[in-house]
Amino acid sequence: MTGTPAETVLEAIDLVKHYPVKQGLFAPARHVHALDGVSLDLKRGETLAVVGESGCGKSTLAKCLMRLEEPTRGRVVLMGRDITRADKRTLRALRRQMQIVFQDPYASLNPRWSIGAIVGDPIRLHEPLDRPARRRKVAELLETVGLGPQFMDRHPHELSGGQRQRVAIARALAVNPSIIVCDEPVSALDVSIQAQVINLLKRLQRTLGIAYLFISHDLALVQHISDRIAVMYLGEIVELADTRAIRATVLHPYSQALFSAAPVADPEAAARKTRIILAGDVPSPVDPPRGCRFHTRCPYRKDVCAAEAPALRALAGRLVRCHFAGEPGFPPAPTAPAAAVGAGKEAP
Amino acid sequence: MSVVLLVEGLSVHFRTTLGVVKAVDGLSFAIGEGETVAIVGESGSGKSTVALAALRLIPDPPGKVAGGRILFDGQDILTLPDAAIRAVRGRRIAMIFQDPMMALNPVYTVGRQIGEVLRLHLGLSKREVMAEVVELLRLVGVPAPEDRARQYPHNLSGGMRQRVMIAMALACRPKLLIADEPTTALDVTVQAQVLDLIQSLKDKLGMAVLLITHDLGIVAETAHRVIVMYAGRKVEEGSVARIFKDPRHPYTQGLLEAAKWEETEGALLREIPGVVPSPFDMPKGCSFAPRCFAALPRCQQEAPALQEIAPQRPVACFVAQGMRT
Repeated sequence: MTGTPAETVLEAIDLVKHYPVKQGLFAPARHVHALDGVSLDLKRGETLAVVGESGCGKSTLAKCLMRLEEPTRGRVVLMGRDITRADKRTLRALRRQMQIVFQDPYASLNPRWSIGAIVGDPIRLHEPLDRPARRRKVAELLETVGLGPQFMDRHPHELSGGQRQRVAIARALAVNPSIIVCDEPVSALDVSIQAQVINLLKRLQRTLGIAYLFISHDLALVQHISDRIAVMYLGEIVELADTRAIRATVLHPYSQALFSAAPVADPEAAARKTRIILAGDVPSPVDPPRGCRFHTRCPYRKDVCAAEAPALRALAGRLVRCHFAGEPGFPPAPTAPAAAVGAGKEAP
Repeated sequence: MSVVLLVEGLSVHFRTTLGVVKAVDGLSFAIGEGETVAIVGESGSGKSTVALAALRLIPDPPGKVAGGRILFDGQDILTLPDAAIRAVRGRRIAMIFQDPMMALNPVYTVGRQIGEVLRLHLGLSKREVMAEVVELLRLVGVPAPEDRARQYPHNLSGGMRQRVMIAMALACRPKLLIADEPTTALDVTVQAQVLDLIQSLKDKLGMAVLLITHDLGIVAETAHRVIVMYAGRKVEEGSVARIFKDPRHPYTQGLLEAAKWEETEGALLREIPGVVPSPFDMPKGCSFAPRCFAALPRCQQEAPALQEIAPQRPVACFVAQGMRT
């Protein structure tokens, strides 16, 4: 293990996850293509965001990386070790390196356990500490996440959503992991509380050097927190680039539509912005479109898009999966201005 | 501009085993014809209760409108006879909810559910109903409306269901549409479709919209005017342009700061410390004072009343009103 700043802590290589769908007794076996050949790497201390709409496979990706789901094909490499086929005992030891914080802090904490027991449980499993030492460590952890030791004997129902999420973070920190997978960690929280939790995650990253794999559908938020962003559509990565590069320009038509659709909390910017309204819904992942998976909704599709699936290729320091990306003037800048009413003018 | 909905001094209380919760406390506002007014606030701010009260849908018990008037087209919703309120609900004021799966009946086709509104309120014949249902589904951008009308809610995607809800809400061309978090359950690109749809239908039908949301981005992009609620009270009101450019209440300022993710790349966000106070343990003075960076000694003792600090800009904050102690 080298100590260089670019050290890769977690790697997905060509991950595939298909879930069988049962239909009729004699119907041919069909599969939900949740993940189809996803590769990415997470560097020490960085934040890599995975964005996309429901059904794009971002949560399945998180579960496969954590080995909470068995990938159908492909490999997961944690700190240089292939863990794709690791057995239960090995996995348990490996989970010290990799923790997860879930979306819903109401469902992810055992309601019958005290906060002290919840946060202390991973320590009990992974470290040979006696009770008083464990309690001291739990108190420290609660302090770290801004709760204080007085929470130790309370139960989840006494806590607000934001406080519960802090408990979930403290539990993840308990075993000093190198990686925390954050699956929509703030989307169940109120706006003013989201900022508190995001700031906490950032402070922890600075002091402890933890890498975050940040799963989210909130595009404004991921631009704030992440170093790199991977955009997923129907089980595939369609674009992966530095956050700076994404903010400057996007090359895939889906990323373009996705980022243009995200509401901006600024009426003047909203008035200048051009929103691309995609036609239709995301196609069923049981039967993803042939050729480019996005071609059924792509405003710039051509014949080749329905015939041939584009490969994920390197282009100007990023990865993009589109036949036409990189051609001058592609994707074209949207023309019709967004219909923002309240912007820049007083009420009628 | 004529006023469609006028709310005056509305108070809604809920009786619970732990005591009385003042979900809405002395709220007043007006919505003009063709205007979109957004109520923003966090959970527990009372914003959804306002929406329910406007249709007289507060469950009683435990809820009770403890005071105030809600005038719709000059009629007081709160004192109308039951038969009259049923003629208003769904016909002249329509509502769409956050979760279309909860609001649609799973055992009826969507065509039948939309048709029911038309049959009840407009007394159309069977054939007329079917034609109108297809027309409505086409209006809200549902592809193949004849086929879709014969399908059940579970056959449709989330975005399609929300369109069905909107079709149902618009069936009688209401004067006022109340949208309670209409896109919270939807994906970003579908959210853009639905907001766009509400916007264009609003222009086409000239209805007023009361938008209840926690998402400041949606407010910035769709509303004319904003009402900010905190712990059951209006703390600030103003045009979208003014509120976003020049928020005066420290809570509004905090909310806007906390939503500026993009501009604060890398840096820490300015956060509002603490949590919304428990409704059973409200602070004595201003309910925001315990979390406020600008709180004065006076704020702990006395709740500030709304005061216009500029034309059309009521703010309930001693600091914004120019007090120094």
